[in-house]
Amino acid sequence: MTEDKSIVSAPFRPKLEAVRDEDPRDRGGNRQPLLIVNQLRKYFPIRGGIFNHRRGEVRAVDSVSFSVLKGETLGIVGESGCGKSTLARLLMHLIPCDTGEQIFDGEAVGELRGLSLRELRRNMQMVFQDSSSSLNPRLPVEQSIAYGPRVHGMARAEAKAVARDLLDKVGLRPELFGSRYPHELSGGQKQRINIARALALNPRMLILDEAVSALDKSVQAQVLNLLRYLKRHLNLTYVFISHDLSVVQYISDRVLVMYLGEVVEIGPVDAIYTAPKHPYTAALLRSRLNLNPAERLAEAPLSGDPPNPINPPSGCRFRTRCNFAEAVCADRSPALGEHTNRSAHRAACHMVHADSGHSLSGRAASVEGAHGQRN
Amino acid sequence: MTDVISTDAPALRHGLSAPDIKVRSYLQTVTHRLRHDPVTLFFLAVILIIALAAICAPWIAPFDPNKTGTLYRLKPIGFRGFILGTDELGRDMLSRLIYGARTSLVMGLTPVVLATVIGGTLGVTAGFHGGRVNMCIMRIVDVFYAFPSVLLAVAISGTMGGGIQNGLIALTLVFIPPLCRIAETTTTQVRSLDFVEAARASGASSASIIIHHVLANAAAPLFIYASSLISVAILLAAGLSFLGLGVEPPTADWGMMLSNLRQAIYVQPLVCALPGVAIFITSLSFNLVSDGLRQAMDVRA
Repeated sequence: MTEDKSIVSAPFRPKLEAVRDEDPRDRGGNRQPLLIVNQLRKYFPIRGGIFNHRRGEVRAVDSVSFSVLKGETLGIVGESGCGKSTLARLLMHLIPCDTGEQIFDGEAVGELRGLSLRELRRNMQMVFQDSSSSLNPRLPVEQSIAYGPRVHGMARAEAKAVARDLLDKVGLRPELFGSRYPHELSGGQKQRINIARALALNPRMLILDEAVSALDKSVQAQVLNLLRYLKRHLNLTYVFISHDLSVVQYISDRVLVMYLGEVVEIGPVDAIYTAPKHPYTAALLRSRLNLNPAERLAEAPLSGDPPNPINPPSGCRFRTRCNFAEAVCADRSPALGEHTNRSAHRAACHMVHADSGHSLSGRAASVEGAHGQRN
Repeated sequence: MTDVISTDAPALRHGLSAPDIKVRSYLQTVTHRLRHDPVTLFFLAVILIIALAAICAPWIAPFDPNKTGTLYRLKPIGFRGFILGTDELGRDMLSRLIYGARTSLVMGLTPVVLATVIGGTLGVTAGFHGGRVNMCIMRIVDVFYAFPSVLLAVAISGTMGGGIQNGLIALTLVFIPPLCRIAETTTTQVRSLDFVEAARASGASSASIIIHHVLANAAAPLFIYASSLISVAILLAAGLSFLGLGVEPPTADWGMMLSNLRQAIYVQPLVCALPGVAIFITSLSFNLVSDGLRQAMDVRA
């Protein structure tokens, strides 16, 4: 299959596509972002001691702001434990956030006169990483898919018809797979069911939390192409969370890089992958395995574990592992800046800000080049 | 390079179409497995026979179970129409065993059913809500756990006095803690799984999630454990009657019959052992049937 190869060599660039104008669910038009997230924060308390008091907190997601444009795929990458999944759960309101606001197509979520949680969940759905545990083992998959519409008041027969139609859309024959149980399906088939389940409420946005990470490469390619097909035909917008840089490059229009609960870089996929501005992004990209044996990595570009999110470093959180760290990095945390523009490429690093006081500040060249000079 | 976007779902289907296999529903799978399990079927038949005998006792018992006869005390098995002999008051053993099945089955099934409903509700509530609710319910349950079950049953029915009703209440109270704990544990496990999160993400209420997703997965272990408790309940009820705390004479009950006949163990050992044999067969049947059900109901095996 040619699709498989395209993932490896990745010469194919998806075009930035906008949502078709005729979508009746659209409110603000194409210029208005589908989702705006403002200063979202989630600290998990650490309790302990005899009286179960609050001893500290894990800063899982800290002041995260970004926007998702209509019809785009926003990839979110980062190391394990950097807060990607917490962010997904916060967006779905599966866990409450400490502070921050969320605006869905111009309407504030969960506020008076805004969009209710129930309405948000109609418009935004999620596909989980573990395809097995996200399906009820006691329900035939057809009923799992029909459950969402049933909850929202659809008649049983109608919900079943919706489920069968979706099974067909995700490439599984309804008459063959509809009455099966999850344990009778393969991982890829289960993930297709999960996608169908997420689509059952006819949402406008899908959050895919490591949706293909647990699948093997060929099945990954099938599911990724299915996602692209569905996006075009159902007018969807994706937030695609993954630690797999190649997959994110393949499917995303824009990419957001997270480190220790903060956004460190955001920009169009080409800009990020060819000229990363943040040293962390550059290191992440260099740590990708290369298919060319002549270009083997002698040692990992990023060594050690990320610092403890309970007690993150002062200033820039990446400075403890950064090759360019200076005094200013410990003093002040670098700002990311506004990024509503779809072609804007921003990084939270003192080196990209001209007046930050960093010796390499204001450099137009990517840090990839700077890295070479310094070594 | 081919255009990847042109890939559509129907094209993907070719690589994935599975061979046409017969798809069975859950109930069909369970019955199919049970039908091929002769041990479970046999003991299920034994339970049905005992239950049928208990229901039809007035018609099938050869004698009045409470009619005493001083001339026929402690006669051996097969003595003059007394198929299983007579007890210490000259009453027909077979008739008393058939009538005794009534009390034993009532004492075995009622407390288990009641405790499953009450304990299951408490456990699912505790497990699903977690936090403070969980702590309150489970700590109260733990208090009951601190006592050995037999001692607790004896203590409760001892304080409230004898009789079937008090015996049933005592047994129900004894069985609530373990059933509650099982319901709580399985619910806590199920609650943390992604499909519950996914159900919540689709906007479902807690009640709907519990009914459609939690109960279906938590009910199987609860049901299986409860069915194994039936034999324990019969034994405990027999024990209560043995101590004089359960059924009051002259009502026939296997436990009390065993208790009253034990003085005659050297006179008519076979006859004296009969109530014990009845208890043994019944509890063994319930145990093996519950084990067979557990195997048949495990869809993933």
